[in-house]
Amino acid sequence: MKVLLCHPSREVDIMGPKRVKELLRELKLLPEAVLVIRGDELVTEDDILRQEDHIEIRPVMSGG
Amino acid sequence: MRCRKCPHKAVLEIPRHHTAFCKRCLTEFVCGQVERAVKHDKMFTKADRVLVAVSGGKDSLTLLDVLHTLGYHVAALYVDLGIGDYSKRSKAKVEAFTSARGLVLHVHELKEDEGAGINDLANLISRPACSACGTIKRHHFNRVAVEYGYSVLATGHNLDDEASRLLGNVLRWQTEYLDKQGPVLPASVDGFAKKVKPLYRLAEREIAAYAVVNKLDYIVEECPNAVGAKMLLYKDVLNRLEAESPGTKQAFYWGFLAKQEAEGGRTMAESDQAMLRPCVACGQPTTAETCNYCKMMARAIATKAP
Repeated sequence: MKVLLCHPSREVDIMGPKRVKELLRELKLLPEAVLVIRGDELVTEDDILRQEDHIEIRPVMSGG
Repeated sequence: MRCRKCPHKAVLEIPRHHTAFCKRCLTEFVCGQVERAVKHDKMFTKADRVLVAVSGGKDSLTLLDVLHTLGYHVAALYVDLGIGDYSKRSKAKVEAFTSARGLVLHVHELKEDEGAGINDLANLISRPACSACGTIKRHHFNRVAVEYGYSVLATGHNLDDEASRLLGNVLRWQTEYLDKQGPVLPASVDGFAKKVKPLYRLAEREIAAYAVVNKLDYIVEECPNAVGAKMLLYKDVLNRLEAESPGTKQAFYWGFLAKQEAEGGRTMAESDQAMLRPCVACGQPTTAETCNYCKMMARAIATKAP
Protein backbone atom coordinates (compact mmCIF):
# COMPACT_ATOMS: atom_id res chain seq x y z
CA MET A 1 0.00 0.00 0.00
CA LYS A 2 1.06 3.62 -0.54
CA VAL A 3 1.58 5.47 2.71
CA LEU A 4 1.97 9.24 2.70
CA LEU A 5 3.98 10.64 5.60
CA CYS A 6 4.63 14.25 6.65
CA HIS A 7 7.53 16.20 8.18
CA PRO A 8 9.24 15.64 5.81
CA SER A 9 6.64 14.82 3.18
CA ARG A 10 7.35 11.42 1.60
CA GLU A 11 5.58 8.32 0.31
CA VAL A 12 6.56 4.79 1.29
CA ASP A 13 5.40 1.37 0.07
CA ILE A 14 4.28 -1.04 2.79
CA MET A 15 3.10 -4.59 2.20
CA GLY A 16 -0.59 -5.14 3.01
CA PRO A 17 -2.88 -6.34 4.41
CA LYS A 18 -1.95 -4.94 7.77
CA ARG A 19 -3.69 -3.65 10.87
CA VAL A 20 -3.32 0.09 11.56
CA LYS A 21 -1.71 -0.73 14.89
CA GLU A 22 0.95 -2.86 13.18
CA LEU A 23 1.59 -0.23 10.52
CA LEU A 24 2.25 2.41 13.17
CA ARG A 25 4.51 0.05 15.09
CA GLU A 26 6.46 -0.75 11.91
CA LEU A 27 6.91 2.96 11.19
CA LYS A 28 7.81 3.59 14.86
CA LEU A 29 5.01 6.16 15.26
CA LEU A 30 3.06 6.86 18.45
CA PRO A 31 -0.71 6.45 17.94
CA GLU A 32 -1.27 9.50 20.17
CA ALA A 33 0.73 11.72 17.78
CA VAL A 34 -0.95 10.87 14.46
CA LEU A 35 -4.21 10.24 12.63
CA VAL A 36 -4.45 7.50 10.02
CA ILE A 37 -6.62 8.43 7.04
CA ARG A 38 -7.78 6.07 4.26
CA GLY A 39 -9.12 8.10 1.34
CA ASP A 40 -10.82 10.81 3.39
CA GLU A 41 -11.96 8.54 6.24
CA LEU A 42 -10.32 8.14 9.62
CA VAL A 43 -9.48 4.56 10.61
CA THR A 44 -8.93 3.10 14.08
CA GLU A 45 -6.08 0.89 15.31
CA ASP A 46 -7.94 -2.39 14.74
CA ASP A 47 -8.87 -1.59 11.10
CA ILE A 48 -7.18 -3.70 8.45
CA LEU A 49 -5.53 -1.80 5.61
CA ARG A 50 -5.47 -3.49 2.21
CA GLN A 51 -2.63 -3.66 -0.30
CA GLU A 52 -4.49 -1.36 -2.71
CA ASP A 53 -5.24 1.34 -0.10
CA HIS A 54 -3.85 4.86 -0.19
CA ILE A 55 -3.09 5.92 3.35
CA GLU A 56 -2.15 9.26 4.83
CA ILE A 57 -0.51 9.44 8.22
CA ARG A 58 -1.14 12.95 9.46
CA PRO A 59 0.75 14.31 12.47
CA VAL A 60 -1.39 16.13 15.03
CA MET A 61 1.34 17.94 16.96
CA SER A 62 1.84 21.65 16.42
CA GLY A 63 4.43 24.00 17.87
CA GLY A 64 1.93 25.63 20.22
CA MET B 1 -14.33 -0.99 16.33
CA ARG B 2 -17.82 0.30 17.10
CA CYS B 3 -18.84 3.65 18.54
CA ARG B 4 -19.55 3.35 22.28
CA LYS B 5 -22.64 5.54 21.99
CA CYS B 6 -24.34 4.23 18.85
CA PRO B 7 -24.08 1.26 16.41
CA HIS B 8 -21.91 3.08 13.82
CA LYS B 9 -18.28 2.37 13.02
CA ALA B 10 -15.85 4.27 15.27
CA VAL B 11 -13.43 6.74 13.70
CA LEU B 12 -11.47 7.61 16.84
CA GLU B 13 -10.56 5.71 19.98
CA ILE B 14 -10.03 7.87 23.08
CA PRO B 15 -8.18 5.69 25.61
CA ARG B 16 -8.12 8.42 28.31
CA HIS B 17 -11.92 8.25 28.43
CA HIS B 18 -12.10 4.46 27.73
CA THR B 19 -14.26 5.20 24.71
CA ALA B 20 -14.48 5.39 20.92
CA PHE B 21 -16.73 7.54 18.75
CA CYS B 22 -18.19 7.58 15.25
CA LYS B 23 -18.13 10.84 13.26
CA ARG B 24 -21.37 12.19 14.68
CA CYS B 25 -20.65 11.24 18.30
CA LEU B 26 -17.08 12.61 18.02
CA THR B 27 -18.49 15.94 16.84
CA GLU B 28 -20.96 15.94 19.75
CA PHE B 29 -18.14 15.07 22.16
CA VAL B 30 -15.90 17.93 20.95
CA CYS B 31 -18.75 20.46 20.99
CA GLY B 32 -19.80 19.21 24.44
CA GLN B 33 -16.29 19.59 25.89
CA VAL B 34 -16.03 23.14 24.52
CA GLU B 35 -19.48 24.06 25.85
CA ARG B 36 -18.56 22.59 29.23
CA ALA B 37 -15.33 24.63 29.40
CA VAL B 38 -17.11 27.83 28.35
CA LYS B 39 -19.87 27.43 30.94
CA HIS B 40 -17.95 25.83 33.84
CA ASP B 41 -15.12 28.37 33.64
CA LYS B 42 -17.51 31.28 32.96
CA MET B 43 -15.56 32.22 29.81
CA PHE B 44 -18.39 34.06 28.01
CA THR B 45 -22.06 33.86 27.17
CA LYS B 46 -24.13 34.17 24.02
CA ALA B 47 -24.48 37.89 24.76
CA ASP B 48 -20.71 38.42 24.33
CA ARG B 49 -18.78 39.25 21.17
CA VAL B 50 -15.86 36.84 21.03
CA LEU B 51 -12.68 37.47 19.04
CA VAL B 52 -10.99 34.19 18.06
CA ALA B 53 -7.28 34.37 17.21
CA VAL B 54 -6.75 32.11 14.19
CA SER B 55 -3.62 30.79 12.50
CA GLY B 56 -5.19 28.57 9.83
CA GLY B 57 -4.23 25.46 11.83
CA LYS B 58 -6.54 22.72 13.14
CA ASP B 59 -6.97 24.12 16.65
CA SER B 60 -8.00 27.69 15.90
CA LEU B 61 -10.23 26.75 12.96
CA THR B 62 -11.90 24.01 15.01
CA LEU B 63 -12.48 26.50 17.82
CA LEU B 64 -14.02 29.01 15.43
CA ASP B 65 -16.17 26.31 13.82
CA VAL B 66 -17.40 24.88 17.13
CA LEU B 67 -18.21 28.26 18.70
CA HIS B 68 -20.01 29.37 15.54
CA THR B 69 -21.97 26.08 15.41
CA LEU B 70 -22.93 26.45 19.08
CA GLY B 71 -24.38 29.89 18.33
CA TYR B 72 -21.78 32.18 19.92
CA HIS B 73 -21.05 35.57 18.30
CA VAL B 74 -17.56 35.08 16.93
CA ALA B 75 -15.19 37.03 14.70
CA ALA B 76 -11.65 36.07 13.72
CA LEU B 77 -8.26 37.76 13.96
CA TYR B 78 -5.32 36.66 11.81
CA VAL B 79 -1.84 38.08 12.36
CA ASP B 80 0.15 37.78 9.13
CA LEU B 81 3.70 37.16 10.34
CA GLY B 82 5.17 37.31 6.85
CA ILE B 83 6.76 33.83 6.94
CA GLY B 84 7.01 33.45 3.15
CA ASP B 85 4.69 30.98 1.43
CA TYR B 86 3.67 29.41 4.73
CA SER B 87 1.95 32.64 5.81
CA LYS B 88 0.38 33.07 2.36
CA ARG B 89 -1.09 29.55 2.47
CA SER B 90 -2.34 29.83 6.05
CA LYS B 91 -3.90 33.25 5.41
CA ALA B 92 -5.71 31.90 2.32
CA LYS B 93 -7.15 29.06 4.46
CA VAL B 94 -8.40 31.55 7.07
CA GLU B 95 -9.94 33.83 4.44
CA ALA B 96 -11.76 30.95 2.73
CA PHE B 97 -12.94 29.56 6.08
CA THR B 98 -14.37 32.83 7.44
CA SER B 99 -15.84 33.89 4.10
CA ALA B 100 -17.71 30.56 3.73
CA ARG B 101 -19.30 31.12 7.15
CA GLY B 102 -19.93 34.85 6.73
CA LEU B 103 -17.68 35.71 9.70
CA VAL B 104 -15.83 39.00 10.22
CA LEU B 105 -12.07 38.63 9.78
CA HIS B 106 -9.55 41.17 11.10
CA VAL B 107 -6.07 40.91 9.59
CA HIS B 108 -2.93 42.49 10.99
CA GLU B 109 -0.04 42.59 8.51
CA LEU B 110 3.37 42.62 10.18
CA LYS B 111 5.21 43.67 7.03
CA GLU B 112 2.89 46.66 6.57
CA ASP B 113 2.62 47.81 10.16
CA GLU B 114 5.96 46.81 11.69
CA GLY B 115 7.87 47.16 8.41
CA ALA B 116 9.29 43.61 8.41
CA GLY B 117 8.28 39.98 8.74
CA ILE B 118 8.88 38.00 11.93
CA ASN B 119 12.18 36.42 10.82
CA ASP B 120 13.75 39.78 9.89
CA LEU B 121 12.47 41.37 13.10
CA ALA B 122 13.83 38.52 15.21
CA ASN B 123 17.22 38.78 13.46
CA LEU B 124 17.36 42.52 14.08
CA ILE B 125 16.92 42.08 17.80
CA SER B 126 18.85 38.79 18.05
CA ARG B 127 15.96 36.86 19.56
CA PRO B 128 14.59 33.45 18.53
CA ALA B 129 11.70 33.88 16.04
CA CYS B 130 9.24 31.95 18.26
CA SER B 131 9.89 34.20 21.24
CA ALA B 132 9.49 37.43 19.19
CA CYS B 133 6.40 35.92 17.56
CA GLY B 134 4.78 35.27 20.96
CA THR B 135 5.34 38.87 22.10
CA ILE B 136 4.00 40.32 18.84
CA LYS B 137 0.92 38.08 18.72
CA ARG B 138 0.00 38.73 22.36
CA HIS B 139 0.28 42.49 21.75
CA HIS B 140 -1.95 42.52 18.68
CA PHE B 141 -4.47 39.99 20.04
CA ASN B 142 -5.05 42.25 23.02
CA ARG B 143 -4.92 45.48 20.99
CA VAL B 144 -7.52 44.38 18.41
CA ALA B 145 -9.84 42.93 21.08
CA VAL B 146 -9.76 46.18 23.08
CA GLU B 147 -9.88 48.56 20.08
CA TYR B 148 -12.88 46.83 18.50
CA GLY B 149 -14.72 46.32 21.78
CA TYR B 150 -14.78 42.50 21.93
CA SER B 151 -15.61 41.24 25.41
CA VAL B 152 -13.19 38.35 25.23
CA LEU B 153 -10.31 36.96 23.20
CA ALA B 154 -10.28 33.17 22.63
CA THR B 155 -7.26 31.15 21.52
CA GLY B 156 -7.02 27.55 20.31
CA HIS B 157 -4.66 26.27 23.04
CA ASN B 158 -5.48 22.63 23.73
CA LEU B 159 -4.73 20.11 26.50
CA ASP B 160 -1.39 19.14 24.90
CA ASP B 161 -0.32 22.79 24.59
CA GLU B 162 -1.14 23.50 28.23
CA ALA B 163 0.31 20.26 29.62
CA SER B 164 3.57 20.69 27.66
CA ARG B 165 3.88 24.33 28.72
CA LEU B 166 3.29 23.32 32.33
CA LEU B 167 5.93 20.59 32.01
CA GLY B 168 8.42 23.13 30.60
CA ASN B 169 7.74 25.58 33.43
CA VAL B 170 7.92 22.91 36.13
CA LEU B 171 11.13 21.37 34.76
CA ARG B 172 12.84 24.72 35.20
CA TRP B 173 10.78 25.71 38.27
CA GLN B 174 9.58 28.86 36.56
CA THR B 175 6.86 29.20 39.16
CA GLU B 176 6.26 32.87 38.31
CA TYR B 177 4.61 31.72 35.06
CA LEU B 178 2.25 29.22 36.69
CA ASP B 179 -0.37 31.81 37.62
CA LYS B 180 -0.90 32.55 33.92
CA GLN B 181 -1.49 28.89 33.04
CA GLY B 182 -5.22 28.77 33.72
CA PRO B 183 -7.80 28.65 30.92
CA VAL B 184 -9.17 32.09 31.86
CA LEU B 185 -7.19 35.30 32.31
CA PRO B 186 -9.43 38.10 33.57
CA ALA B 187 -9.74 41.61 32.13
CA SER B 188 -8.15 42.73 35.36
CA VAL B 189 -7.19 46.30 34.42
CA ASP B 190 -8.22 48.87 31.81
CA GLY B 191 -6.78 48.00 28.42
CA PHE B 192 -6.55 44.27 29.13
CA ALA B 193 -8.99 41.99 27.29
CA LYS B 194 -10.24 38.85 29.01
CA LYS B 195 -8.47 35.82 27.49
CA VAL B 196 -9.83 32.27 27.36
CA LYS B 197 -8.80 28.82 26.09
CA PRO B 198 -12.01 26.86 25.42
CA LEU B 199 -10.14 23.83 23.97
CA TYR B 200 -8.19 23.07 27.16
CA ARG B 201 -10.27 19.94 27.84
CA LEU B 202 -9.44 18.41 24.43
CA ALA B 203 -6.28 16.62 23.28
CA GLU B 204 -4.90 17.77 19.96
CA ARG B 205 -5.54 14.39 18.38
CA GLU B 206 -9.25 14.73 19.19
CA ILE B 207 -9.28 18.23 17.69
CA ALA B 208 -7.45 17.08 14.54
CA ALA B 209 -9.97 14.22 14.20
CA TYR B 210 -12.87 16.71 14.51
CA ALA B 211 -11.26 18.83 11.76
CA VAL B 212 -10.87 15.79 9.47
CA VAL B 213 -14.38 14.34 9.93
CA ASN B 214 -15.98 17.77 9.54
CA LYS B 215 -13.81 18.47 6.48
CA LEU B 216 -12.28 21.68 7.84
CA ASP B 217 -9.67 22.86 5.36
CA TYR B 218 -6.77 23.67 7.71
CA ILE B 219 -3.05 24.04 7.08
CA VAL B 220 -1.46 20.69 7.92
CA GLU B 221 2.17 21.75 7.50
CA GLU B 222 3.97 22.97 10.60
CA CYS B 223 5.29 26.53 10.89
CA PRO B 224 8.89 26.34 9.53
CA ASN B 225 10.11 28.26 12.58
CA ALA B 226 8.77 25.59 14.95
CA VAL B 227 11.24 22.91 13.79
CA GLY B 228 13.17 21.79 16.84
CA ALA B 229 10.99 23.86 19.21
CA LYS B 230 11.17 22.74 22.87
CA MET B 231 7.37 22.50 23.01
CA LEU B 232 7.43 19.71 20.43
CA LEU B 233 9.91 17.78 22.54
CA TYR B 234 7.75 18.18 25.65
CA LYS B 235 4.67 17.09 23.69
CA ASP B 236 6.51 14.02 22.44
CA VAL B 237 7.56 13.09 25.99
CA LEU B 238 3.97 13.51 27.23
CA ASN B 239 2.66 11.41 24.32
CA ARG B 240 5.03 8.59 25.30
CA LEU B 241 3.75 8.73 28.86
CA GLU B 242 0.16 8.89 27.57
CA ALA B 243 0.71 5.76 25.43
CA GLU B 244 1.87 3.82 28.50
CA SER B 245 -0.67 5.33 30.85
CA PRO B 246 -3.74 6.92 29.21
CA GLY B 247 -5.00 9.97 31.08
CA THR B 248 -1.55 11.21 32.13
CA LYS B 249 -1.83 14.54 30.31
CA GLN B 250 -5.21 15.45 31.72
CA ALA B 251 -4.25 14.29 35.22
CA PHE B 252 -1.15 16.50 35.02
CA TYR B 253 -2.83 19.68 33.74
CA TRP B 254 -6.29 19.38 35.24
CA GLY B 255 -4.71 18.26 38.53
CA PHE B 256 -2.59 21.42 38.49
CA LEU B 257 -5.71 23.56 37.90
CA ALA B 258 -7.60 21.85 40.75
CA LYS B 259 -4.66 22.32 43.12
CA GLN B 260 -4.35 25.97 42.14
CA GLU B 261 -8.07 26.53 42.74
CA ALA B 262 -7.96 24.76 46.11
CA GLU B 263 -4.99 26.83 47.28
CA GLY B 264 -6.87 30.06 46.67
CA GLY B 265 -4.70 32.99 47.70
CA ARG B 266 -4.55 36.24 45.84
CA THR B 267 -6.63 36.19 42.63
CA MET B 268 -5.04 36.91 39.30
CA ALA B 269 -7.08 40.12 39.04
CA GLU B 270 -5.67 41.29 42.39
CA SER B 271 -2.10 40.43 41.37
CA ASP B 272 -2.52 42.21 38.04
CA GLN B 273 -4.00 45.31 39.64
CA ALA B 274 -1.04 45.48 42.00
CA MET B 275 1.58 45.02 39.29
CA LEU B 276 0.31 46.41 35.98
CA ARG B 277 0.34 49.96 34.64
CA PRO B 278 -0.07 51.40 31.13
CA CYS B 279 2.97 51.24 28.84
CA VAL B 280 4.30 54.77 28.26
CA ALA B 281 4.54 54.12 24.52
CA CYS B 282 1.39 52.17 23.55
CA GLY B 283 -0.80 52.29 26.66
CA GLN B 284 -1.23 48.50 26.95
CA PRO B 285 -0.87 47.11 30.49
CA THR B 286 2.66 46.06 31.48
CA THR B 287 4.70 45.42 34.62
CA ALA B 288 7.49 47.74 33.41
CA GLU B 289 7.50 51.33 32.21
CA THR B 290 7.58 50.18 28.56
CA CYS B 291 5.98 46.90 27.46
CA ASN B 292 7.98 44.07 25.86
CA TYR B 293 6.47 44.72 22.45
CA CYS B 294 7.43 48.41 22.41
CA LYS B 295 10.93 47.63 23.78
CA MET B 296 11.38 45.06 21.03
CA MET B 297 10.20 47.39 18.28
CA ALA B 298 12.39 50.25 19.57
CA ARG B 299 15.39 47.91 19.50
CA ALA B 300 14.56 46.75 15.95
CA ILE B 301 14.26 50.35 14.72
CA ALA B 302 17.51 51.38 16.46
CA THR B 303 19.39 48.41 14.95
CA LYS B 304 18.06 49.13 11.48
CA ALA B 305 18.92 52.86 11.60
CA PRO B 306 22.35 53.67 10.07
